[in-house]
Amino acid sequence: MASVKEKKNTRAKSKSDFPKETYMEWYESMLLMRKFEEKAGQLYGQQKIKGFCHLYIGQEACVAGAVSALEKGDKYITAYRDHAHPMALGSDPKAIMAELYGKATGISKGKGGSMHMFDKENGFFGGHGIVGGQVPLGAGIAFAEQYNNTGKLCMTYMGDGAVRQGAFHEALNMAMTMKLPVVFCIENNGYAMGTSVARTSNVTGLDQLGASYEMPSESVDGMSVIDVHHAVDRAAKRARAGEGPTLLEFRTYRYKGHSMSDPAKYRTKEEVEQYKQRDPIEQIRQEILDQKIATEKDLAAIGDKIKEIVAEAVKFAEESEYPTAENAYTDVYADASYPFVEV
Amino acid sequence: MKVLQFREALREAMNEEMRRDESVYLMGEEVAEYNGAYKVSQGMLDEFGAKRVIDTPIAELGFAGVGVGSAMNGLRPIIEFMTFNFSLVAIDQVINGAAKVMSMSGGQFTVPIVFRGPTGNAGQLSSQHSQNFENWYANVPGLKVVVPSNPADAKGLLKASIRDNDPTIFMESELMYGDKGEVPEGEYIIPIGVADVVRKGSDVTIVSFGKFMKVANESADELAKEGINAEVIDLRTVRPIDYATVIESVKKTNRLVIVEEAWPLASISSEISHYVQRVAFDYLDAPIHRITNRDVPLPYAPTLIQEILPNVERTVKAVKEIMYVQK
Repeated sequence: MASVKEKKNTRAKSKSDFPKETYMEWYESMLLMRKFEEKAGQLYGQQKIKGFCHLYIGQEACVAGAVSALEKGDKYITAYRDHAHPMALGSDPKAIMAELYGKATGISKGKGGSMHMFDKENGFFGGHGIVGGQVPLGAGIAFAEQYNNTGKLCMTYMGDGAVRQGAFHEALNMAMTMKLPVVFCIENNGYAMGTSVARTSNVTGLDQLGASYEMPSESVDGMSVIDVHHAVDRAAKRARAGEGPTLLEFRTYRYKGHSMSDPAKYRTKEEVEQYKQRDPIEQIRQEILDQKIATEKDLAAIGDKIKEIVAEAVKFAEESEYPTAENAYTDVYADASYPFVEV
Repeated sequence: MKVLQFREALREAMNEEMRRDESVYLMGEEVAEYNGAYKVSQGMLDEFGAKRVIDTPIAELGFAGVGVGSAMNGLRPIIEFMTFNFSLVAIDQVINGAAKVMSMSGGQFTVPIVFRGPTGNAGQLSSQHSQNFENWYANVPGLKVVVPSNPADAKGLLKASIRDNDPTIFMESELMYGDKGEVPEGEYIIPIGVADVVRKGSDVTIVSFGKFMKVANESADELAKEGINAEVIDLRTVRPIDYATVIESVKKTNRLVIVEEAWPLASISSEISHYVQRVAFDYLDAPIHRITNRDVPLPYAPTLIQEILPNVERTVKAVKEIMYVQK
């Protein structure tokens, strides 16, 4: 049974909290993530995309609500479910799709693939493949911001599986003693691969994990972009005021399996349907229509535009070249004269 | 020239680089208020303050990761492991983080970080505190691995490591911190990847690095008494390895013995042995020999340590064997 508890409906408080553009940006940004990921899933089925491929479908609000609450210059890092985060930050979907294809025009030059998107220019510190490994890195990114007194912070994302790793606890403890400007965000989609949160620990309310370190912590409805925005906003204010880190648990859901090779037989159809009823994009769509911010027709036009962006991304990836053999020895050392062992 | 202890040479290197570059900081267990578990960082907290000389909890995985993250974001951390034996719990951050981020990001992020601390045995500490990791880290593309053997090299190589834009593993020894040696005055930097021919000779080449250079040098002294003229090479770095210097020497002496503290399988000595037979086969007059830790964990009892660790006696014997000298 689902370990992700139902959250009370918090939509009521959202009324006119935000300018109209914000609703439209959320809608567009999340719809792009959704359509891009749906396409990526199809392409994986066609074996255009290889390796591991973890889709973000269902979890879009967790990043869209953060980006709207934060500033240019803030940093982001996450694990391997990482296609959507850079897109939300403004990375070109063409470069992300090309990376999925392993092409030289990819955002990581075809060297990272699905799990290792990076975009330095947009403050995206990657896509990391070892569960929990990115959590101390996020604290370290925040350490540099504090060291240089920039007023910026680091959003450090992870899945619910990561919170059982030592790296998570060591990073939380250090971040708290050092008062680092970091927001630890658990995208709790209920399952660490196929193992439910309840089966991995007696503590299933993941916001409780902050208590050991006296870290301000909150559990947030991760299906609501508005709730995510408000929670990140509160955490960011604390971080920028020098009050240190916050732990946010976004209770969310992935509609697809852990990765493309996972049929997700460990959960029921009813559970999936229950979450789809609270779809983050549908919620915002309804909000937009209710508040008469835009018409059905306007939204359909956005849908068409996004369809085109995704199609262009696929075309770009298809037409791009793979990295040539000479690139095997580039980007390994900053030292251009490094003498590799000849074999 | 002035005479410094090994630990003082390291400290001088860090102090000079921290004065020169605000982005350099030191972090590790007991480095600040305690002045360093082995007093390498003595006085540094006083000079640079708690912002740049930072005590950590006993959480190697955590603080190694904080170091790597900060290096991705523009700082130049020096992360001290009290011993590299403890780096095992941090190794994910060193290998999956520091070493691979540049490649995975297509060159967007570099990780200019130094991980430093002692490696190998340090007296009777038994197995968990007596392991060598030079070959472990040397295996990993993306890293550089530096293993100095004397105070002058320690200073010159540590300064080079701190300025290097790639992640560097810098390995010392508890048994060397008190060693004294002459260190050149003024700015002194030794490039990474250049071996040092510390003794010229014509009969046999002895290659070593780190604290086992003492065994190499003493063995050469012993052999000289018997009329055997050994050339001794200090590798100084084991990634990259200065193969050219080794090859040049072997072409002259036609014989090679390697002395290494680590276990034999998949070690620096096996790597060099492969390389030398591959490119200088026709120059070899005898098989390559190596003296390493015996193939067992290092126990506590002194008699067992004597039996297991490389020493002068085993080295001299190996040289005589490949020179086909009787007795």
